[in-house]
Amino acid sequence: MADIKCIELCKTYLQGDAEVRALDHVTLDIEPGSFICLSGPSGSGKTTLLNAIGGLDELDSGQISIDGDRVDLLGKGALADLRLHHIGFVFQAYNLIPVLSARENVEFVMQVQGVSSKERRRKAMDILREVGLEGMEDRRPAELSGGQQQRVAVARAIVSQPRLVLADEPTANLDSTSARHLMELFCELNENHGVTFLISTHDERVMRYAKRLVRMQDGRIIGDERQAGISG
Amino acid sequence: MSGSLPIGAISRLAWRNLWRNYRRTAIMLLAIAVGVWAMIFMTALMRGMVDQMIEDGIDALPGHVQVHHPAYRDDPNIENSLAEPGADFARALSSPEISGWTARVRVPAMISSERDNRGVTLLGVDPDGEVALGFDPDDIVEGRWLQGPDDTGIVVGAKMLERLETDLGKRVVVMSQDPDNNIADRGFRIVGVFRGKLAAIEESFAYAGKGTVQELLKMQGRVSEIAVAGADYRDVDRALAIVREAAGAGSETLPWTELDSYLGTMMGVMDGFVLVWIVVIFLALSFGLVNTLMMAVFERIREFGLMQALGMKPATILYQVLLESLMLLLLGLVVGNLLAFASVAALRDGWDLSVVAEGMEMFGAAAVLYPALATRDLVMANIVVIALGIATSLLPAWRASRYRPVEAIARA
Repeated sequence: MADIKCIELCKTYLQGDAEVRALDHVTLDIEPGSFICLSGPSGSGKTTLLNAIGGLDELDSGQISIDGDRVDLLGKGALADLRLHHIGFVFQAYNLIPVLSARENVEFVMQVQGVSSKERRRKAMDILREVGLEGMEDRRPAELSGGQQQRVAVARAIVSQPRLVLADEPTANLDSTSARHLMELFCELNENHGVTFLISTHDERVMRYAKRLVRMQDGRIIGDERQAGISG
Repeated sequence: MSGSLPIGAISRLAWRNLWRNYRRTAIMLLAIAVGVWAMIFMTALMRGMVDQMIEDGIDALPGHVQVHHPAYRDDPNIENSLAEPGADFARALSSPEISGWTARVRVPAMISSERDNRGVTLLGVDPDGEVALGFDPDDIVEGRWLQGPDDTGIVVGAKMLERLETDLGKRVVVMSQDPDNNIADRGFRIVGVFRGKLAAIEESFAYAGKGTVQELLKMQGRVSEIAVAGADYRDVDRALAIVREAAGAGSETLPWTELDSYLGTMMGVMDGFVLVWIVVIFLALSFGLVNTLMMAVFERIREFGLMQALGMKPATILYQVLLESLMLLLLGLVVGNLLAFASVAALRDGWDLSVVAEGMEMFGAAAVLYPALATRDLVMANIVVIALGIATSLLPAWRASRYRPVEAIARA
């Protein structure tokens, strides 16, 4: 469970000579166990907000706290620790390590955490079974389809049971069946394990699963509505 | 430790990454192996040549340590002689550090045949003592070696024989000066002809019995020098101390490095040259190494960003790239060392360079080259490659660890 507070977040990029305001005084409260979709057109600031919450990007101003700890004040080492132990990332482009097998990719985070090899292996096999990749543990990313790769990435993100999963366009490269399976998996983890999900998307099918839909445009939140959401 | 990977996991990642681009890794590996081979094999060839030059030079002295009258080196005159060493000296030299010694008369003289005459260094020797010190009786190509200190024959070099236009069994006259500054001369029959390792030795040395020469020069019981051979010419400090103590005051005891400063400096120069040679080859290699690692890093920027996003500390990424470099270097070293060992083994019976022998003889080298693989050269080459290899890999490794995750992941 993660209680996230974002207060007056501002972030400006330089694109050539032009200044792009990616986050413009964004304030957002995310309750523990939330299942939130950030929607909006490209360049609306969804990814920047995810990156800022995950400590991957620095802010110009504003405060972010996760369970009371100020993320924006942490140094590189402490941010790495926060990401390692409390946050799971799912990226649009899967971002698996190509020289590692599916199981090794899933084990990677636990290995960095210092989990014993026996425990790592057991957890990795369990989670791969859960995401429907049983029998494909030893395949390298190049030997898996896009949907299978994304499921490995999801398995890696959730295997060490983070409090928060940040997913950036997780279904962008998936066919509709794979996308549906992935969202059902997210819902199941949210409902049964209490994992907080913050998902950026402009896929209407994904938004239907959200219990809360936050709409962004030009770096601002222009809508924040709660909905029933399709259950996993 | 949280944020870092165990060494086994980093090694596995590094090893697999190394072989992601087989062709590039294989080419770089080949370059390192050939570079290491060139470092070690060429050094062994040069070391072999220089060792041989030094050994031949010492054989020509001969002796690793010599005792002279203090004025002898400035004026190798018959007056600057020493009393022939007795039993006390022999006892003092009975040490494992001393492998042999002899006393000899050594004077400048004129040698004349019926056709020509030449200047010569006349050596009055104890034949057994000279053999103990390194004279090889197999170098006698015609006739025989001297049979004792009172042998009345003379042994000359093949080139000297040629210059004097004479032959084995013919008589020559040797003329020098006695202690009273009177001309002393005597006829000798040529009983042997030797082939020296250096042309200069063949042309300038003539051996006769010590007793015969002492009688000729009226210097019974006196010698020009005492020559002592130690266990190893590279390390004569212990032998020098023993001989110096045995010889006592009133004489000058010097190691071969000072007796022949050209030969003496050659060893030090060779060590310096080996280091320069190794570093120069490595510098040429390092461009390829840095380029290979830079390419490997640029291709994996997203991965480095991802690893940091997942919580890996930048230092672990730095270690991973350094480990890749170390693996590449170690593989190259193994192949390069094996190639060098094989090349040296293939030439263990010598490399006959008689085609260019004239030129080599001009600077004191022999026509057959024996590569000498010195442990310190081998260690130096391997250490230089690893140390400088890691040092040159620091830049790509540092760059890999400095990417900001958000920018690295965003790369297409």
